[in-house]
Amino acid sequence: MTFFKVNNLKVYYPIRGGIFRRVVNHVKAVDNINFELKRGETYALVGESGCGKTTTGRTVVGLTKATSGEVIFNNLDLTKCNRKQIRESRREIQMVFQDPYSSLNPKKTVYDIVAEPLRNFENLSKSEEREQVEYFMQKVGMSRDSLFKYPHQFSGGQRQRVGIARALTLKPKIIIADEPVSALDASVQAQVLNFMQDIQEEFGLTYLFISHDLGIVRHMCNRIGIMYKGKFVEEGTREDIYENPQHIYTRRLIASIPELDTDQHQNSELLRKNIEEEYQKENDKYFNEDGSVMDLKPVSDTHFAALR
Amino acid sequence: MSNDDILLQVEDLTTSFRIDEQFYPANDHINLDVYENEIVAIVGESGCGKSAFGHSIMGMHHQEQTKISGKIHFKGVDLLSYSNTQLNKVRGKEISMIFQDPLTALNPLMIVGKQIEEGMKYHTKLSKNKRKQKAIEILNEVKIPQPERVYSQYPHELSGGMRQRIVIAIAIACEPSLIIADEPTTALDVTIQARIIDLLKELKRRMKTSIILITHDLGVVSEMADRIAVMYAGEFVEIGEVKRFLKNPLHPYSKSLLYSLPSKNNQGEKLHVIKGVVPSLNHLQRQGCRFKPRMNGTDDSIHEETPTLREVEKGHWVRCTCYKHFHIENSHQVVEEEKDDVFQGQ
Amino acid sequence: MWKFVVRRILIMIPQLVVLSILVFILAKVMPGDALSGLVETPGVDSSTIEDMRTTLGINDPVHVQYLNWIKGLSQGDLGTSYIHQRPVLELLEARLWNTVYLSAAILFLTYLIAIPLGITAGRFHDSLIDKLIVGYNYITYATPLFIFALLMLFVFGFQLQWFPTGGSADINLEPGTFSYYMDKIYHLLLPALSGALLATVGTIQYLRNEIIDTKMKDFIKTAKSKGVPEAKIYSHHILRNSFLPIAAFLGYEITGLITGSIFLESIFSYPGIGQLFLQSISQRDFSVVTALVMVTGVATLIGTLLSDIILSLVDPRIRVE
Repeated sequence: MTFFKVNNLKVYYPIRGGIFRRVVNHVKAVDNINFELKRGETYALVGESGCGKTTTGRTVVGLTKATSGEVIFNNLDLTKCNRKQIRESRREIQMVFQDPYSSLNPKKTVYDIVAEPLRNFENLSKSEEREQVEYFMQKVGMSRDSLFKYPHQFSGGQRQRVGIARALTLKPKIIIADEPVSALDASVQAQVLNFMQDIQEEFGLTYLFISHDLGIVRHMCNRIGIMYKGKFVEEGTREDIYENPQHIYTRRLIASIPELDTDQHQNSELLRKNIEEEYQKENDKYFNEDGSVMDLKPVSDTHFAALR
Repeated sequence: MSNDDILLQVEDLTTSFRIDEQFYPANDHINLDVYENEIVAIVGESGCGKSAFGHSIMGMHHQEQTKISGKIHFKGVDLLSYSNTQLNKVRGKEISMIFQDPLTALNPLMIVGKQIEEGMKYHTKLSKNKRKQKAIEILNEVKIPQPERVYSQYPHELSGGMRQRIVIAIAIACEPSLIIADEPTTALDVTIQARIIDLLKELKRRMKTSIILITHDLGVVSEMADRIAVMYAGEFVEIGEVKRFLKNPLHPYSKSLLYSLPSKNNQGEKLHVIKGVVPSLNHLQRQGCRFKPRMNGTDDSIHEETPTLREVEKGHWVRCTCYKHFHIENSHQVVEEEKDDVFQGQ
Repeated sequence: MWKFVVRRILIMIPQLVVLSILVFILAKVMPGDALSGLVETPGVDSSTIEDMRTTLGINDPVHVQYLNWIKGLSQGDLGTSYIHQRPVLELLEARLWNTVYLSAAILFLTYLIAIPLGITAGRFHDSLIDKLIVGYNYITYATPLFIFALLMLFVFGFQLQWFPTGGSADINLEPGTFSYYMDKIYHLLLPALSGALLATVGTIQYLRNEIIDTKMKDFIKTAKSKGVPEAKIYSHHILRNSFLPIAAFLGYEITGLITGSIFLESIFSYPGIGQLFLQSISQRDFSVVTALVMVTGVATLIGTLLSDIILSLVDPRIRVE
């Protein structure tokens, strides 16, 4: 039985033009993508701004409507089932947002923020609710006296942990984390990443980790899908992607990661130059004539790349 | 590097900001030399005072909200003694700035060509036509395709990477000898970041400009900078050459920062975490070693009472003596117990 | 650019249709008509009134009345005033221009006063001068127009006798002559000034806030870091950006002017459409009222159209498709 699967997902937005604003074309934000999450793994969607990774995440949790395709979870297609079924499934798929400064309601106490999903989905008594909130706040490493403070009284890292506590209260199976640490400083980032790994073990969570930062993705994720212009250009395990990247775009992304080892600089600069040249010259090897991404072809059992 | 090559010398600079009628120092008695034709990175986390430092050099702070003392020697003059009008002769011509967010750093109602030319209008005697010609040359220099066309485009018509190139073009328009780049790549995608880094390095090589690179990203520092100055809570805690620093950081804060980054070497392991949070400006303990509260239960004796920056190797400066006792193994902090080897200074 | 304007004008068609339907419904639901007042008049029996209603078309089915009305409108026929027994258009023509002059004068004076004050307050915000300007704003905001206008009329018209107290021009002057126009302006000044002094609130406040906001923007830092002197930063960067909301506000401003003119024209006995509006309401001259509401509505729509066109001229971001 598949745990979670996305089949032929498309999210199109109309482009209107002319005097009467007719639909003249579509922005293909997500264009026919397929991927599967295995229970307990961390799957990364990687790409640059505008590649469709965030739209994919938002469609999976139901914040954005799919144009077509299936999102299978618990043997149900979330894009087609009824309200009640959706509501039940939503409990089990929660989202953590990028910006801890704007994703928490500034007028609510941390207690209310964390308790909100419980109030929406479960009928708990006051004391049960309090117990639950305290339990999860303690899990994310926040002290009891922070319960009745407001978001602005916390640092970015603490806020992000409140955001995670809120996502955890309904004991979800899947957490979609959209750039969860990119707004945080390096030391705080480490804190949140460590902590995400801890709770993953403890609660048996599956992560869909959306990020542009290949360094963090290498650290966190087992399998990776690289997106470009709404499509997958490559998918594979961490080793497949980092040790044996096939598509020029993946190689370009990896070569762009700033290198900490100063001895490697000459090499990496050269590598970047070569890749850039290849990208200009052998474009037709990797892209169709109209610049679109080709279909994925298997490279190995776990590894797929969009090559001719 | 000899003293003759010093382009900018910051001496005992203190910049204080007003919070509720009181002034708190965001930069506390800091010293830094910037040599000709080098890239110095100022590294630290948000709120450490690194941007305040860059703004102080340019005299960009709001005058009523800020108090500045100390000296900023630049080409033989103390910029702090300059009036605003005098500073306007320096800004853009001798020292210029690159900002973080190319989306907001450009005037949305002005074509980019005019924005590049604007500085020349005040600093050179070039005619209108000459200025336009020069602006197009500069667009070419920052590798913008079809510069004649882009000249008369508005910022919103360009992509993020292109906009950042325009911001850089504005900064180099009058060929300044010092550029202050405040997080120049933070708002950009990685592939664009890589190209902007390469562009800045190339411009520096060609124009022999010095760059003060303000950033939180050690990866960018490693790719670009010659020297690094790590700032914590308004003070420099370590200054040194980037190569040596990355191989062997000394100050506990520098070490912690480096070990908190995910890399090939710590894959699957836990990242190093610094305890506590960066103190806010008005809650800062200004006595003793400012990093002490964030080192797990260290003995007072390993810290200095009034820590100072000391040159421990040629060109490598560290604040406080606690660095001798601080190690990170498998991302866990180890503090050696204080022995009898009390630091004796140079 | 032209595409934008054409589309923007096309949008006005459904707006106009909705406006006309609303105006028509409002006119119909108002109790009584021009003949109700005659019911008790001796010598006029009810069948005569009924006959008159039929001739005037008041007894036709509603949609027929609407279509007739629209047909008339499109041919420039705004109906006939029951009271004055003259075509409404004729009645309006002379007065409409007076109101246009008055509104234009108010708008001009408003900007003349508000823009320098707004800029000063924004540029030196939190200073004494800013506090004075904001204080002035509070006072004008809290002052009702009809009381203020009466006061102005009393002080400058009756007591000091600096300005005429009614009318739009001296009837002894030959229309078209230089002195005739000067006299018109002379008559305009006091009502326009009264209106303008109170109308400055919005513009001053918007401009002030916008300048304070824009001052903090990153591109102002960029300009400063280029070595642009402060005065030039204001003239080249801050002001243009700060005027955007003022331009966007123009349509709303025009609506406000027309409502304001109802008070002003009555108080200063200035023969404009505002004065006519009040008279017609009290006399239940609904064909005039309907026409006036329609005209006001159209003026508002044109105002927003102007706003959008001006905005698209100053802001390149709006021009793109």
